[in-house]
Amino acid sequence: MTDILAAFAWVFDPTNWAGPGGIPVRLGEHVWYSLLTLILAAVIALPIGFAIGHTGRFRGLAVGISGALRAIPTLGLVVYLALITLNLSIIPPLIALTILAIPPVLAGAYSGLESVDRRTIDAARAMGMTELQILFKVELPLSLPLIIGGLRSAALQVVATWTVAAILPVGGLGRYLFDGLAVQKYDEMLGGSILVIALALVTDGVFAIVQRLVVPRGVAAGKVQDVRTKDPWRPLGPSVPNHPLGTSL
Amino acid sequence: MFASKRGRIAAGVLAAGALLALSACSSGGGALGGNPSTSSSDSVTIGSAAFGESEILMQIYAQALEANGVKVSLKPSIGQRDVYLKALQDGSIDLIPEYSGNLLQFYDKSATATSSDEVYTALGKALPSGFEVLDQAKAQDADSYNVTKEFSEKWGVKSLSDLSKVTEPLTVGANPEFQERPYGIPGLKSAYGVTATLKPISDSGGPLTVAALKNGDVQLADIYTTTPAIKDNGFVTLEDPKSLIAAQNIVPLINSKKASSTVKDVLNKVSAELTTADLIDLNGENQGASKTQPDALAKEWLAKHPIKK
Repeated sequence: MTDILAAFAWVFDPTNWAGPGGIPVRLGEHVWYSLLTLILAAVIALPIGFAIGHTGRFRGLAVGISGALRAIPTLGLVVYLALITLNLSIIPPLIALTILAIPPVLAGAYSGLESVDRRTIDAARAMGMTELQILFKVELPLSLPLIIGGLRSAALQVVATWTVAAILPVGGLGRYLFDGLAVQKYDEMLGGSILVIALALVTDGVFAIVQRLVVPRGVAAGKVQDVRTKDPWRPLGPSVPNHPLGTSL
Repeated sequence: MFASKRGRIAAGVLAAGALLALSACSSGGGALGGNPSTSSSDSVTIGSAAFGESEILMQIYAQALEANGVKVSLKPSIGQRDVYLKALQDGSIDLIPEYSGNLLQFYDKSATATSSDEVYTALGKALPSGFEVLDQAKAQDADSYNVTKEFSEKWGVKSLSDLSKVTEPLTVGANPEFQERPYGIPGLKSAYGVTATLKPISDSGGPLTVAALKNGDVQLADIYTTTPAIKDNGFVTLEDPKSLIAAQNIVPLINSKKASSTVKDVLNKVSAELTTADLIDLNGENQGASKTQPDALAKEWLAKHPIKK
């Protein structure tokens, strides 16, 4: 318990907020690395996820490969990449963490697209939209919450795992973990953990808000009910209210 | 049988109780959850830190003791110094191979001794009661500042005092604690007037540190003296005329209760035979292509240096 109190004391100690190794600097580095990783993962995984979700093909392969990528131990991969490339900059961890972030983004993308009602897409096709128009005008807006959900899950993992990169001489909040442990300054080590947790929570909160905001207005306003309504006396659903035949059928 | 809700709840409570009882049986206290050894003084639990050389030394101690009638059990790869010293203090282990200088530093942060004999004497006084160090070996595995051959030739640098000749900014690749250690960044400044910045690489002079030195990310690297990579890459180990770096003789740290005359005799004989060249060879075989395991290496070494009490 005293260790945790000491950790909080460390976090709020003004001397730890100053200088090139201070909390704002490390926080900034950590956020920057995480953002970079998410953007990279999105650039790679979103197009693939959209293709899989729109065409409905290769889903099994995607699930399999995602699973395999998730199993790779990130710290091991960071060290391995650093050794084979003889590069000890942020590049090896960036690659390793992008690999970590790809599975959730990919899953969010294809499951988001799959969740769109097939009849809506059918209607769009019937109206003469091209496949790309269907993708951008119908499927993406409707699946945005799930896509953002995938990014949210990835963001959480990325923010939490960038700490392992500090085995190399890079910045970020992991520095407090490694440097604190090295000199048995457990308040620094735990303080760093507290900061990572706080950052992860804030990140999750931000994405949760975004997830709410990107629901299209039409979808949020009134959910279209399934034809098989619960009420056998209203087979035509609320889209046709007060139909003269509605109540008697 | 357990169709009734009461029956199922009862079964659940019984299972939970059994689980608790079982877990209480196995945890005997101690940092490693093991029961402290309470049998005759001729049985010893030997631990090691989580790196090859420590495990090799543990195996050498273990096999030498076993060959002389001592019962030995092993707890390898425990972890960092503060973890395994805690295990020593609470009895989970009785003996561990240690490095005199760093052990002294751990118990006495203000220690200034640097020569082998000074460190050993200071160590005897700094250890907590109930623990002692037996004879130290001539073998040492100390921190050392290394540069590439090219760097050494370019600037004419063969010792730490020569570093003042270098006009480009100096960075050192080393563990994060180097920032504070007396032989690290502060020591370079105070003893040799050299200002260097630390690039923290957390692999204790391992392959990442070697890579950083090779690719020029750092000009200096803290690599332990018995690491084969120094010879393999032609690195130049800089001399330390001002004795900034303390001696790191291999020394057995033992719980005094377990230091019977047999145990002491055997371990002192091992220490008398162990040389730095031995360690370099052993590490070379352990880390090189053959990847020989510590127990096999210990067997080979003891075959060449039989220890009889």
